[in-house]
Amino acid sequence: MTVSVSADLDRKFREAAGSSGDLDVAYDLLDTPIGELLVAVTDRGLCRISFDPEPEREEEALAQLYGTRVLRAARPVDRARRELDEYLTGRRREFDLATDLRIEAPFRQAVLSELGRVPYGATTTYGELARRAGRPRAARAVGTFMNRNPIPIVVPCHRVVGSTGSLVGYGGGLDRKEALLRLEGVLV
Amino acid sequence: MMDAVSAPPFERFYLQHRDAILAFLTSRLGRQTAEDAFQETFLRALAAYPRLRHTDDLRAWVFTIAARIVTDEHRRRKPAADVPVPDVPAADDRRPAYAELDDLAGALPKTERTAVVLRYGYDLTYADIGAILDSTEEAARQAASSGVRRLRRKGIDHDRFGFR
Repeated sequence: MTVSVSADLDRKFREAAGSSGDLDVAYDLLDTPIGELLVAVTDRGLCRISFDPEPEREEEALAQLYGTRVLRAARPVDRARRELDEYLTGRRREFDLATDLRIEAPFRQAVLSELGRVPYGATTTYGELARRAGRPRAARAVGTFMNRNPIPIVVPCHRVVGSTGSLVGYGGGLDRKEALLRLEGVLV
Repeated sequence: MMDAVSAPPFERFYLQHRDAILAFLTSRLGRQTAEDAFQETFLRALAAYPRLRHTDDLRAWVFTIAARIVTDEHRRRKPAADVPVPDVPAADDRRPAYAELDDLAGALPKTERTAVVLRYGYDLTYADIGAILDSTEEAARQAASSGVRRLRRKGIDHDRFGFR
């Protein structure tokens, strides 16, 4: 007898699991104007946004960091999905989402938290960010952090540019950085 | 104790075993009940996942959860008699056979452990156990029987479990 799980039963299980309180990480894949995104949340908040995701690899990485109970489940990600959708279609300027940055070292947390204060439509530089996070000489380190920002878009590393105003780099690719800065009206 | 190999992300585990579990539950409970039991199986697995003792045989593990749910469901349907439920202790408060067996069989080699627990703890047929082990009915019978011999050598009470 060949039996396979129907889409409906699968959805019901994932929904029940998502509201069971037993997941370490729930994630979902989102189709957006800047490509497919993997968005993951823990019970503390948003913990990962990945461009061009490879789900199996991401699941492994998330399991190592937060616990093995990693499951694709739509409901826990709904709020992040809605806010990202609004932002990427120009209907939202600020995110109202909790983030889970517990795995980050203190200085990285300080940098990411300073970065969260850079408003929509503005930019800052790596050096300025380093200074605000209390280590004015750490511009290069800050550049590296940006590249490994676990929650791009929401923690807006696309708003960080070089001291000459050049875009420098972006973990998700420079074309995406450009697209986001264009969306915010920084680039025309 | 040796550092256990950690379990795969739950998503992988679920995708790998969901069809086989649904097939097993459907054959035992019929389609409608099987769908509820399916959810229950994987929700229990999810709850217990971080406390897993043996991550080397997740397939057998999730089948023992499903088998327990089948047993409970059969009890619920026919609470009185003639249900092939193994060794329900009547007037004493011993732990259910499957729980006790699970502990006692813990030191057996993996295949024997699975075969003994599923046969004597959950009353599955050797055909079912063979399928669960990705093997044959005969191999399942042999694994159970050498597991039982090993337990007897340790003096484990076989009347309690109906070892044959």
